[in-house]
Amino acid sequence: MKYDVIVVGGGPAGLAAAVEANKNGAEKVLVVERDQELGGILNQCIHNGFGLHYFKEELTGPEYAGKFIDMLEQTNIEVMLDTMVLDVDETEKCVHAMNKKNGYMKLEAKAIILNMGCRERTRGAIAIPGDRPAGVFTAGAAQRYVNIEGYMVGKKVLILGSGDIGLIMARRMSLEGAKVVGCVELCPYSNGLTRNIVQCLEDYDIPLYLSHTITDIQGDKRVEKVIVQKVDENNQPIPGTEIEFDVDTVLLSVGLIPENELTRSAGIEMDPATSGPVVYENMETSAEGIFASGNVVHVHDLVDFVTAESQKAGKSAAEYVKNGETEDQTCIAVKNGDGVNGIVPQKVRPSNVDKMVEVMFRARNVYKDVQIKVKSDGKELASFKREHMAPGEMEKIVIPKAFLDKVENGEITVSVEKVGA
Amino acid sequence: MYDVAIIGAGVTGCSIAYELGKYQVKAVVLEKENDVSVGTTKANSAIIHGGYDPKPGTKMAYYNIRGNQYTKELCEKLDVPFKQIGALVVAFSEEEKKTLEELKERGNTNGVPDMEIWDQEKLRKEEPNISEKAQAALYSPNVGIISPWELAIALAEVSAQNGVEYKLNTEVTGIEKKDEGYQIETSQGMVEAKYICNAAGVFADKVNEMVNEKTFEITPNKGEYYLLDKSQGDLVNHVIFQCPNENGKGVLVAPTVHGNLIVGPDSQPSAGDDVSTTRQGLDFVRNTALKSVPGINFRESIRNFAGVRARTKEHDFQIYEDKKNKGFINIGGMESPGLSSATAVALDIVKMLGESGLVLDAKEEIVDERKIARFKGLSHEERAKLVAENPAYGKIICRCETVTEGEIINAIHRPIPAVSIDAVKRRCNAGMGRCQGGFCGPRVQEIIARELNIPLEEVPQDRKGTDIITGETKDGGAR
Repeated sequence: MKYDVIVVGGGPAGLAAAVEANKNGAEKVLVVERDQELGGILNQCIHNGFGLHYFKEELTGPEYAGKFIDMLEQTNIEVMLDTMVLDVDETEKCVHAMNKKNGYMKLEAKAIILNMGCRERTRGAIAIPGDRPAGVFTAGAAQRYVNIEGYMVGKKVLILGSGDIGLIMARRMSLEGAKVVGCVELCPYSNGLTRNIVQCLEDYDIPLYLSHTITDIQGDKRVEKVIVQKVDENNQPIPGTEIEFDVDTVLLSVGLIPENELTRSAGIEMDPATSGPVVYENMETSAEGIFASGNVVHVHDLVDFVTAESQKAGKSAAEYVKNGETEDQTCIAVKNGDGVNGIVPQKVRPSNVDKMVEVMFRARNVYKDVQIKVKSDGKELASFKREHMAPGEMEKIVIPKAFLDKVENGEITVSVEKVGA
Repeated sequence: MYDVAIIGAGVTGCSIAYELGKYQVKAVVLEKENDVSVGTTKANSAIIHGGYDPKPGTKMAYYNIRGNQYTKELCEKLDVPFKQIGALVVAFSEEEKKTLEELKERGNTNGVPDMEIWDQEKLRKEEPNISEKAQAALYSPNVGIISPWELAIALAEVSAQNGVEYKLNTEVTGIEKKDEGYQIETSQGMVEAKYICNAAGVFADKVNEMVNEKTFEITPNKGEYYLLDKSQGDLVNHVIFQCPNENGKGVLVAPTVHGNLIVGPDSQPSAGDDVSTTRQGLDFVRNTALKSVPGINFRESIRNFAGVRARTKEHDFQIYEDKKNKGFINIGGMESPGLSSATAVALDIVKMLGESGLVLDAKEEIVDERKIARFKGLSHEERAKLVAENPAYGKIICRCETVTEGEIINAIHRPIPAVSIDAVKRRCNAGMGRCQGGFCGPRVQEIIARELNIPLEEVPQDRKGTDIITGETKDGGAR
């Protein structure tokens, strides 16, 4: 038995990819999900703010997931829950998976879509010194305890990092009666969405300490005290700026990492800038017939964008099943220029572009009144004005196909330049 | 009354328990924590050293050489992760090249087999990621990497199966010499034993002084480490040392048996069992390691930790039956190469106990093997077979390390049961990976609560009191 499309992961990316592949003619679609239900991390995101772009209404995480699960249930898409994918085999185009019921399975497919999402950076990843007591959690792990299991993980809380999950958890812990004493951010600017800064910190009188970091965690069994220091422009702590917080809990919201162990072991080309696979304009990876989308490719700000990108991947996978690989493999490399990081897609095959190609990336710093320039061989192809750019907000530009046809050296660069430069 | 009480369930105490388990001896291990192997044993370089470093004629030299061989045998027999990958001591100058010759000479005297000096060309061929400034290296093929806590756990489990009793959460607070043997006061009441083996690690001097005047002093010395993701695990093929200095064997870079890269330690005085890390310590470790292997990507760090060495001013193991207290045997000062030596030391401790009058009649039947199902290391076919036999092996709980529910349930019900999330980690690697238990921690907690039939709140992160949950939410949870 061979599937048309196997989707690895049943979070928002996998759901959208599967539904869209099905809609575009893939008849046998399978979603493999390691958790006991579909929806991924959305299930624990009980706050609202999802779906404004895609559904034009404000939904909670479970509601957003629920809409896609409903769509999926209208189709003949197969779902395997509690099933772990152990290996993706690029050459045989198959997936090794396992669950309690069926045991060990080798599942074959004409196309595979990787939708494994991302995970949180931990204390160890950023090497916070000090004791190692209980009470240090990633914000997402704490969110699971509070929203899914119904347990509190602390009474007095300091949050490190102003990523969105940390901000959301500042509010959530406050609502559950914990005292959140502050949010500490290494950068001189916040990394979360502005609306979250306002609604989750300011509305609860939680101070935001920009250009600060935790330099020591103290506590024998549970966290007892945390030392925070101001940092200089090289992110080095400044002596004499120590602030002591008597807290029993530290929540970390210090970044997300695309979860690409399967991608790597399948030998698929990776991009160090995004920590995700290198993808083409249609979300195909370096392995023919293997696609990827959502946070496994690059970490998005909003689930709505994950959905859009995954629909593209789902549609492309269905087309691949129908028509095979794009014949003309002539390819343009899209490169990070000054002030630009994490460009997706990294490769564009003009023959596969219909009218235009969307390019996404993040600014390396906070910029005001700048232009995003697309150049090839030093010649400007397009430029886009921006009043404000920040690393916390994903940028998107659209390059018309006509411009791609002008590229002669097989390479375009996207950069940020001061207006008038 | 017990024949022998062993104080401390680190690798030294567990090794002694393992050897005693072979005889018709009533033995007990007293451990203040809720698990074995949780002091110095779980936080060190995880190396079985070659034996070229200790001064000839010391106990360190004697036991390291023997322990190197015996530990390897035990690891095979007891299914403990161990790989004899060999070590390289790297020289960066003419001066240090001389040190290599001295080390080789010393190794020859101590009885280290098959050492070689490699020139730059050979070194770079075998270790392509080594610094270009490295000029030569001493190669010692007998050096191994090991999972030290799994060694202690294996020894403890087998000894428990052979009848050695383990009293965990039992802190020794006083010892009184009686006409026959000793009365030991603990946090869980009195324990009487004819013989005492003091294997209390960093606290061995304090335990000694409960019955004795000061005969040795431990000045704890801390070492900090980085543990890096598996993406860095194949950066080097051997244990890479720099030339030893007055602070010890210096900062090493080595693959671990679990496929990660370990980098460390530094050396600084420590108060008691303080194992906090410091910015200065970690920075030193990082910068020093980059001198050996410039390509280490520290952004791939998954954990930092510190361990404490039970250092004495003699810089040698303090192993003897006390002159004034017959039957009281100290095994103190077990700093590096303590892990490498512990199994061999234990053989001699049993001899000493015998010479002191303990009757050593071998048991007719003993357990002397151990086999752990480790899903991750199995082939596709073996995995299919295992899951078919027991569906619990079909459910992955730890995604980073591919650890199944079956392995976790097994860890909880072994002879020394795992009662904390970290105890499960030590037995089957769940939570050891890059997400550091972020995903699987709550699941492991649930499985422990279910299997031991205790409330979720009572399952700690690690030691007793390292509580994770502080209460229920306003709605009282999903239950």
